[in-house]
Amino acid sequence: MNLTQANTAGRTTREIMYREALNEALRDEMLRDDTVFLIGGGIGRRGGSYKVTVGLLDEFGPRRVIDTPISEASFTGAGVGAAITGMRPVVEILFVDFTSLIIDQIVNQAAKYHFMSGGKGHVPLVLRTQGGSGNGLAAQHSQSLEAWYYHVPGLKVVMPSTPYDAKGLLKSAIRDNNPVIFIEHKLLYMDRGNVPEGEYIIDLGVGDVKRPGKDVTVLAWSGMVGRSLAAARTLAEQGIEAEVIDPRTLVPLDKTLILDSVRKTEHLVIVQEAVRRGGIASDIASIVQQEAFDYLDAPVEIVAGKNTPIPFNVHLERAAVPQEKDIVEAVKRCLYVE
Amino acid sequence: MYSPHFLEQLYRTLYTIRVFETQCIKLYRQGLIIGYFHPYLGEEAIATGVCAALRDDDYIVSTHRGHGHCIARGGALEKMVSEVLGREDGYCRGRGGSMHIADVTRGNIGANGIVGGGIPIGVGAALGIRIRGGDQVAAIFFSDGAANNGVFPESLNLAAIWDLPVIFVLENNHYAVSSPIEEMSRIPDLYKRAEGYGVPAGAVDGNDVLVVYEKTKTAAEMCRSGKGPVLIEAKTYRQGGHHVNDPGLYMPKDRLEEYKARDPVKLGRRYLREQAKLDEERILAIERDIERRMEGAIDFAKNSPEPSVEQFLQEVARH
Repeated sequence: MNLTQANTAGRTTREIMYREALNEALRDEMLRDDTVFLIGGGIGRRGGSYKVTVGLLDEFGPRRVIDTPISEASFTGAGVGAAITGMRPVVEILFVDFTSLIIDQIVNQAAKYHFMSGGKGHVPLVLRTQGGSGNGLAAQHSQSLEAWYYHVPGLKVVMPSTPYDAKGLLKSAIRDNNPVIFIEHKLLYMDRGNVPEGEYIIDLGVGDVKRPGKDVTVLAWSGMVGRSLAAARTLAEQGIEAEVIDPRTLVPLDKTLILDSVRKTEHLVIVQEAVRRGGIASDIASIVQQEAFDYLDAPVEIVAGKNTPIPFNVHLERAAVPQEKDIVEAVKRCLYVE
Repeated sequence: MYSPHFLEQLYRTLYTIRVFETQCIKLYRQGLIIGYFHPYLGEEAIATGVCAALRDDDYIVSTHRGHGHCIARGGALEKMVSEVLGREDGYCRGRGGSMHIADVTRGNIGANGIVGGGIPIGVGAALGIRIRGGDQVAAIFFSDGAANNGVFPESLNLAAIWDLPVIFVLENNHYAVSSPIEEMSRIPDLYKRAEGYGVPAGAVDGNDVLVVYEKTKTAAEMCRSGKGPVLIEAKTYRQGGHHVNDPGLYMPKDRLEEYKARDPVKLGRRYLREQAKLDEERILAIERDIERRMEGAIDFAKNSPEPSVEQFLQEVARH
């Protein structure tokens, strides 16, 4: 069953945290399919730095919940080899920053195997990792690197912003027959939200309207969705109705959702936490200008991270990435409102 | 003692690899093969001996110098030649080429364009075996060059701490592209590194197919009974440069001649005469048969269609 947030109405729901939603997805899939296993640093006995894998070692045992040495390239590669030979590994890399250590295994091996083998081989691997800034972890633990993976043919990129999306998308990612880069956000793990009782999945490539509106489209993903919704509430007090849309998966990208919204509102603001240069926002802007140019009443606004490593100092850190105020200002610029 | 049939099978594999590489080099010189082509000439006994000691349901992981591994694993010459010619009937439908031939149905996870890239992948195949509770093994072919890449010690350690059924087959051909191992490692006996990780290891004459076979057989038995992993360093020497367009001028002539005098294919032929008691006529008949098969594979490949650009663009448009 494929649901959007809106049509959970009528089903019994529970309020759970983002990290609990991820935990439930892992547990459901491990129960459903005994080729699913988890591998990563500190995911077993410790239950993961953000408690996503809590309880799974006890339930499934050390053969399927595997703690590793700090050998990222090799345990990720082990995931690739296991995936090629019939397993469904979920590899955890504690911070997206550390995926720099596994680039060969993801980019040269996992992403290309299906293609290079003439479509005969598959790599059903999920790389779970976590990114974003906001709690003083500084330059090597706070990056938003989704553009690296967005750029590489053969990878899917998923970035959920709510507990509901996290659960449904992770289940789909595990069932996918080729590699999925699943990037969580470190500020979201304790966020609460409703999920329906029972089974549901969200297909990769289906975005979601997080808030309907008619005046301007604000497109955001991951940690920027909440900030965009806050900005939309502020704007509403000033008589501006922003539609906040979340593609949820960057590859595949729900172009229809984006173009339909832009054709309706005729204004687009894209919010990305990652640095502006070479970012996904620029690519989406280019898609929109090509496919909906005649509908646009103003240049596409991009609110993005500054082209800098993330600073440690809390004030500098805040200044380096988009805040609610920046989004509000960009929307007003886009609408030519003072 | 080995049965004549077994020795003939070994020789057939050795000679097939030799003929495949020699004939493909000719195709390369004719401009029919493009890109990189890394011959396995001089190293045939390693793939042959290792794969002869494996079961059909085991896995192998290959390298950029991987044609020999694929052949020894029972790969089809028609599909291999078609692939190096970039044709639709190739193993990868012309999309992979020499460095990316994989034959998943025969447990050949594939060659690899990244030196060392396959090592952790082989560990993963073994990890899957362990999770499923089977008694298969994974043999990982890699080189002295790859031994100096970070994934080698990492993967050796992972296989060791998880007691995985991995046979690390270190093909020490003494050169990482052009860099001699004596200059790239203070201890050129690379098997010695395994001791520090608690992995049983030893060096063998990689040009002697029976020695390689015996060592692998023992290693496979250890792995199947939960005593893996094992590392085998097979000492050998490339009979040429790094790839077809590298004359290998940096390789000392006397050393090359020394190894050529112990040519693995000639040695396999001697076993066929002396141990299997096959006469020259019979051996020549075997050789002619293999040469004819290769000619047939080349004809097949030349007649195989080029991949359709239109179909490729349709596939790409979906992503």
